This record gives sequence, structure tokens and C-alpha cells, in this order.
Amino acid sequence: MTPSEVKIERTPDGALLLTMAGDWKLGNIGPSQEGALSQLAAGETARNIAFATGGIKGWDSGLLIFLARIFETCRREGVEVDKSGLPAGVRKLMELASPENQRTGVTHGGKRQPFLVRIADTALDQVKGFREVVEFIGEATVVFIKMLRGKAVFRRLDLVTTIQETGAQALPIVTLISLLVGMILAFVAAIQLKMFGAQIYVADVVGIGMVRVMGAIMTGIIMSGRTGAAFAAQLGTMQVNEEIDALETLGFSPVEFLVLPRMLALMLMMPLLCVYADLMGVLGGMIVGVGMLDLGVMEYVHESKAALSVTHFMIGLFHCFVFGVLVAISGCLRGIQCERSASAVGYAATSAVVTGIVSIVVATLIITLSCQVLGI
Amino acid sequence: MNATAEVTTEGKEAIIRVTGLEMAYGSFVLMRDLNFTINRGDIFIIMGGSGCGKSTLLKHLVGLKRPAKGRIVYDGTSYWEAEPYEQERLKRRFGILFQSGALWSSMTLAENVAMPLEQYTKLPPEQIRELVSFKLALVGLGGFEEFYPSEISGGMKKRAGLARAMALDPDLLFFDEPSAGLDPISARLLDDLIIELSESLGTTVVVVTHELASIFAIGNNSVFLDPDVKTMTASGDPKRLLRESPDPKVINFLTRGEGARQS
Repeated sequence: MTPSEVKIERTPDGALLLTMAGDWKLGNIGPSQEGALSQLAAGETARNIAFATGGIKGWDSGLLIFLARIFETCRREGVEVDKSGLPAGVRKLMELASPENQRTGVTHGGKRQPFLVRIADTALDQVKGFREVVEFIGEATVVFIKMLRGKAVFRRLDLVTTIQETGAQALPIVTLISLLVGMILAFVAAIQLKMFGAQIYVADVVGIGMVRVMGAIMTGIIMSGRTGAAFAAQLGTMQVNEEIDALETLGFSPVEFLVLPRMLALMLMMPLLCVYADLMGVLGGMIVGVGMLDLGVMEYVHESKAALSVTHFMIGLFHCFVFGVLVAISGCLRGIQCERSASAVGYAATSAVVTGIVSIVVATLIITLSCQVLGI
Repeated sequence: MNATAEVTTEGKEAIIRVTGLEMAYGSFVLMRDLNFTINRGDIFIIMGGSGCGKSTLLKHLVGLKRPAKGRIVYDGTSYWEAEPYEQERLKRRFGILFQSGALWSSMTLAENVAMPLEQYTKLPPEQIRELVSFKLALVGLGGFEEFYPSEISGGMKKRAGLARAMALDPDLLFFDEPSAGLDPISARLLDDLIIELSESLGTTVVVVTHELASIFAIGNNSVFLDPDVKTMTASGDPKRLLRESPDPKVINFLTRGEGARQS
């Protein structure tokens, strides 16, 4: 490639003539270019400026950005530019990129707001977000009552597939986690109880711990990560694809049509999963008890039966029922709130899990305290 | 607004009347002072450059977005001042084809089209099945009843979306960029279908598009949105606008920029 060259001459009528030659390509910047620019900037004044480009062998964006800089300088200095000497293609491209062809008055977000205004904005956003949550819960409640009266519109098939997805297909992961949590509880209890020779009470700790609260919490957290996130992603994608708009314009309520079957499925499946998780937890405890603490299988089973009561069992089920509602509501809420982009769907899924787990923990505290007060 | 050329076809009954409409996202105003009338049987085009708010205007017209200011009146009923049951009743008269088709992905094409029929009519299942097959055949998708949206091409999704939009024989059909992403022949076929629907069923059609060929082929009334002044700068029959509009931006748009060069 021959190096790019530019010469600045003054024509007899007082104009500047830029004579260019060589290969004007990116990465082939000759020293004469910078020289020409600084010469222009240094106040080489003229009424107008023209180009002679007969010597240019080839060009790409390298030439265009050089010309853009020259045009910019000329605009600042009020120098008229005669573009007739430029190759036709270059002229066309420079015209497309010229400031006159850009949209006027484009602003992005405007100026940075003062500190107090930003605090106020954040507070108002929080209030708005809280109102949305309350509205959504209200709408879900209304729809649920409508369903009890047999008037809700949704596809039975949706309910059945969601039941399958949230129920049967969640069994493997629930098995693994509950079994391990049962074993962990047994290990922790065993260390303390062994000191007093009371290792048989490991069965009580694991049994009551799992059945009363841990089985429900672990199921809730698994379902929040597995199903809550899936709900948010499904509804978020439907939002992106305008599917939810399509429902609304046909007069279907998205809460009734999409949220209700999901909520129902989780309310039905969570207690069942909870019972299963309790069983797996007790089994995990038994593996530790029998394998490491030299307890007999029947001995362990008897001790567990003696420790457990229907009350513990019902409290556990109640926990799980509440968690089912919470996971469904947080998943669907975040999905419906989703904006229209791919990253928004990801955010909705993450946010659903966070909201789900936080609400599960808060609900557990409230239920536990209530049980304490009621003495059960 | 001296540039607004009021050349609407006279002697027709207004079906949608928009007065003083302002569209905004939060505090960002997209368009203000929109005033136009859509008459029964019109094929009404919403035109303007990319990003000027055409699709947003459509969302306002179908009741998906609440106006920041102004009124949208359908046959004498102001949508946002109406009772919820009245809004539902109005919505049932709309058929909407979204840009991507917006088919419900968990259902087959037949189920998609059947949904509104099952919900709002008391027709027996066999008759619904027949109707669904007919609507799908009308858009050239006969035999695709059991396909899921993920199994068909973009153009087919759009046509299936149209079949769903037409399911309840709406008297107002809205199209959001119907020919975007279609090959010229399919786009032409869709245009013909729109004209056919309008003529044979008397359906009023509102189309958002910037395809010039479509605009001139089907439109008999229109509104032109200009993002620089944030309002409409022309309305009326696009063919007449091309001949008579004093606004160089409108002429430029309608001639793919050739108008500026000729003048």
C-alpha cells in the first residue's frame, strides 16, 4: 500500500485546496494527515475549501473519519466546504452521517438529578412497587374466589401440565435435598447427645425438626428456585412476545388465565411434596442413626413415632401450603411485571427467587411465633 | 398546525374519534395533540419513521395503554371513561394482529384460534372446529391445525395471528406492521387479504406500517406522525397526500426521499 498523502495549497482565488493521494485506509495513516489537520486548526483561514482526489488509489472509513474531522473544523470556523472534488461514494456517505441528517433534540435520561430528588424518586418507586404487589395479591384473591364459585376461565390442560411439572418432576431433587438435610440434622444432634449417652433422641430431633418445619422450608426453597423462577421466565417471555397483550385485548384476564392455574398447582402439590420430604428427612436421620450410632431400625422408628404428633404434622403441612401460595405469587408477579427485553426476563427470574425465599423466611417466622403464642 | 391537511372522506360514519391525545412514557412525552377520525369501512394507515410512536398509538387505540391526556371515543363511548364491562364489550369488537403474531406458545394453532370462540360464543365444539379450520384456510394455513407456533415460520405465525384476530368476526381489525419480515409475494397476498376483508365484511382496518407499496395499495385514510415536532403533521388519503400535501417531510416519506430531490 502506498502511504496516504495530503497537501494543502492556496489557490489564486484565496481558497484552500486539499490534494490527496495514495491509499486512504485505516491503519495506513501517513504523517501528512495529522500535519494537515493541525495546519487547519492553527487558523489557516480561508473562505472556502476544496478537494482534489484524483490521486487516491483506495479508501475506506480511514478517509471518512479524516474528512469528518475536517468538516467539523470547517463548520466551527465558518469555512464553506466544496465537496464536488470528492469521489461520489464518499460524498454520499458523508451526507448520510452529516449532523443535518440526525434526529434533533435527542436526549438520554437528561441531566443527573440532585441527591434529594434521587432519594425521593427511589422512595416513590418503592411505594409504586408496593402498590403493584398489593394490587396483584388483591387480583389473585378475587380470581381465586371466582374459581371457588366455578366462574374462572382457564385451561384445565394448563393446570394438569403445571401439576405434573411442579409435582412429579420435582421428586428427585426433593428426595436428594431432604435426605441430606435429615442426615445433617442427625449429625449435628448426635455430637451433643452422644456426650450424655442419649443418642436415641436423635430420632426425636430429626423427626420433629423435619416434620414441623425443615421439610416445609426445604421444599419451599427448592420450589422457589425451581418453579418460581420457571413461572417468572415463562410469563416474562410471554410478555416479551406480546402474548399477554393478546390475552388482554381478547378480554381474558392474565391473572385468571395464567396465574390461577399455577397458583392452584402449587397449592395442591406443595403439601404432598412436603409429606414426601418429611419422610425422606426421617429416612436420612435413620441412615445416620443406624449406620453410625448403632441404633436399631425398629428402635429408631418407635422413637420417631413417639416423638411425633398430628399437631407437628399439621403445622408442617400448613407451612407448605402457605409457601406454595407465596412461591406462585412471587413467580407470577415478577413475570407479569417483566419488561420487554431478554435481560428483563433474566431479572424477573432472579427477582422471583429472591422474593420467594425472603417471603418464605418471613412467613416461617410469623407462623412459628403464632404457634408459640397459641402454645402448639 | 397549519400543515395538517384535513382530507378525510366525507359522508361516512365515524367509528373511532381521537381528540387531543397525548402519549407519554412516564414524564417523556412521545406525541401530543393528536386529533383524527377513523370512519367505518376505512383502511386507516398510521405512518411515520421508525421509533416515532406508531405502535404506541396502536396500543392506545386498542385500550392497552392509557393516554396521558385526551380521549379515544368508539361509536360515542369514551374508552377510558367507560365502566369495565363496557370496556370488555368494546374489546370484543377488536381483532389485533401483533408484530410477531403473539400466538400463545403452549397451544396449537387450532387452539389459539378456538380460544376466543370457546370463550365468547356458545357454539358446539364441532362447529368451532369447522370455523377454526375455515379461518386458518382463509389465511392459507389449512392443514396446520395441530402445529405449535414454534414449529412454523415467522410469516406463517403472522398469518395464524391474523386467523385468531378474525376469529370473532371483529368490526375493527388492527395490524401492527403486517408486512414486516414477509417476502414481497406474501406481503402482497396479505395486502389483498386486508382489502378483501374490508370490502366483503365491511371491517374497519387500522394498519401501522411504513411499507410504501402497502400504504398506497390499501390505505384510504391515514395519519402521519412526525417525531421532530412530536405530533401529527398530516392526515387523509395517502394518495391525495402525495399529490396535495404542502409538507416536504410527508412528501419525502411518501416518495422514499425522491420528492426532495425532484423539488
